Amino acid sequence: MTALDVQVTHPNPEKPGHRTYRTRHYALRINYRVLAMTLVASVVLVVLTIWAVTLGTLKIPFLDVVQAIIGRGSPDTDFVVNTLRMPRVLAALMVGAALAMSGSIFQALVRNALVSPDIIGINSGATLMATIWLVFGLQYSLLPLAAFAGAFGTAIIIYMLTWEGGISPNRMILVGIGIQAILGACTTYITVKFPVEVIRPAVVWTMGSVYGSQWKDIRILAISLVVLLPLAVMLMWPLRAIQLGDDVSRALGLPLESIRLGLIVVGCGLAAICVAVAGPIGFVALMVPHVARMLGGPISGSSIVFSAVLGAVFLLAADVVAQHFLPVSLPVGIVTAAVGAPYFLFLLYRTNVQM
Amino acid sequence: MGCPVAGDGRPGCGVTAADITTPIPGAPVANRRRLLTTARAVGLLVGLVIVVVVALVSVRIGSIGVSNRDAWNAIFNYHADSYNETVIRSLRLPRTVIAIGVGGGLAVAGAVMQAVTRNPLAGPDILGVSSGASFAIVTAIYALDLTAVSQYMWFGFAGATGAAALVYIVGSAGRGGATPIKLALAGVVISALLGSWTSALTLLDEDTLDQARFWFAGSVVGRPLSLFWTVAPFLIGGTLVCVFMGHQLNVLSMGEDAARALGMQTNRIRVISSILVVVITGAAVSVAGPIGFVGLATPHIVRSLVGPDYRWVLPYSVVIGAIFLTTADIIGRIVTRPGEIQVGIITAIVGAPFLVYLARKRTVAN
Repeated sequence: MTALDVQVTHPNPEKPGHRTYRTRHYALRINYRVLAMTLVASVVLVVLTIWAVTLGTLKIPFLDVVQAIIGRGSPDTDFVVNTLRMPRVLAALMVGAALAMSGSIFQALVRNALVSPDIIGINSGATLMATIWLVFGLQYSLLPLAAFAGAFGTAIIIYMLTWEGGISPNRMILVGIGIQAILGACTTYITVKFPVEVIRPAVVWTMGSVYGSQWKDIRILAISLVVLLPLAVMLMWPLRAIQLGDDVSRALGLPLESIRLGLIVVGCGLAAICVAVAGPIGFVALMVPHVARMLGGPISGSSIVFSAVLGAVFLLAADVVAQHFLPVSLPVGIVTAAVGAPYFLFLLYRTNVQM
Repeated sequence: MGCPVAGDGRPGCGVTAADITTPIPGAPVANRRRLLTTARAVGLLVGLVIVVVVALVSVRIGSIGVSNRDAWNAIFNYHADSYNETVIRSLRLPRTVIAIGVGGGLAVAGAVMQAVTRNPLAGPDILGVSSGASFAIVTAIYALDLTAVSQYMWFGFAGATGAAALVYIVGSAGRGGATPIKLALAGVVISALLGSWTSALTLLDEDTLDQARFWFAGSVVGRPLSLFWTVAPFLIGGTLVCVFMGHQLNVLSMGEDAARALGMQTNRIRVISSILVVVITGAAVSVAGPIGFVGLATPHIVRSLVGPDYRWVLPYSVVIGAIFLTTADIIGRIVTRPGEIQVGIITAIVGAPFLVYLARKRTVAN
């Protein structure tokens, strides 16, 4: 690596809160500020998780929950905690984390804080597939797979239609809106063709909820996170150079389009897994990365982990509100939209983005 | 020939002999312009004839076949005891009239929006009109137990106008005004927010879902003609006013500075045309439900036919929009006979690829 690389990616090694460690071949700069914030957020997350499990028709004391989680609870609390409540709480947490990472990746990729996988229409494919699946009464256990296929297929179509010797972010948004309209029309067609009892589960699914999550969903989520999280962190390094502009990154010798493709695959993969497990939950992917950037500075390998933890906190809190603190319990997607949409509009209004 | 005032000093003018013998720099242009005007006027007439033809087809085609004579009788010489004539009069004729009115109105509204925002992607549907109307209507059905389109129509009107105004204000705030991307994003997000509230309401009450889902699809079926006449003052009146705004829009589309320099009060024109657009789309949505892409796609088709002069684009948009929506309605009736596909679904499937095509044209996205 040359001096040029160091200059570009580390404009100021003496930045407060950062420390750089060097060996003969590698150098690692650690951002202690983000690290500390991530730790604080993680502690909040753990407390929130346990508190979320104590809530419900049967209130369970905090310490009993802790004991049940580490396997020393009484059989009753053990059943309530580990079989009934834990899967939902864990699903909310992991879906939140994955959505936030997916949003971070997309926003960094297109250099636009107003983009997220749900806004460019990836969820509409999953919704169509899930609607077909539920309305035709196909095997319920394969629903996540169908939704995943729908989301991923849509992502590929959008990518291919946007491609014109490269990917332009603005084109991607517009193409996404177009694709969303077509797939939405197909979904609407199905909902008017079938009796209302048949389509109701599909309509409920499209609101996005972690209600009724099971341990097998958790397993899917956990495996995907274990695979995709390190990939995301690794791809963040070249991404910082890409953010300086196409010309600079080409001059640095980065394989621009393949890194972009890799990022899109990881970002879509994360979004698609979430849709598959929980249905389309909007605005998390849009909002959380922005909050993370506000607190922790520009996107990097460490700040994507920070935004994942924040996403987990946000979605879990939203689910707790949706489940326990409203007159009727609602799908979590409605709460995230109610919080996220005004935030987004404020953002659009304030940043005066010129695109 | 080509000389408004004889002897005004232009080369060739005032000398009659030279007029006949030598080519004159000014004359061919004037001739060509006159020819073009004639051609455009004839084209508009042809368009009107096509509207009539399509309307006739729309009256004739459906799950039961009727003859031309039935159609004629139903309109001009109605016998209440004839089954075919009753079908035409109570079902086919209303939907045809509504399709023509709504199609023309939406198309002209789209053209005006594109001119005012100088944004080729502007259109009533991108403003979140349909989600606003859906939300208001679902709320009305849920809270007030309404069952007929005529009852909840006004809620649709209010919801559509409210959402459009909100999207427009948010999307055009700040630097750069109403750029394509900002408007599109504001529209998508407000639609998503209203959509999630709409879903929450339909989740709470199955009857509401059952009522509202047909309205969501966008359709011109099953509305009595009287319903159309209720909103016709807004729809037809707004459309007519828009058609005659061509000159102002031409000036406005030269850009803010140029228009001001020419003495135009740009803000006033902008506000007037935005109000007109919102009124037209509100009326259209309240009758027919969310029908997308007519307002977006039609002006582009029209511009490819007659060029960028809004004095022609606007009337042509009305005609082509009417043809577009009526044809889409006919297609929806043919494809899954004897069932039907709602016209809003057809326009989305036909129109959305058009949006993708526009997005791929470099000039729009960047």
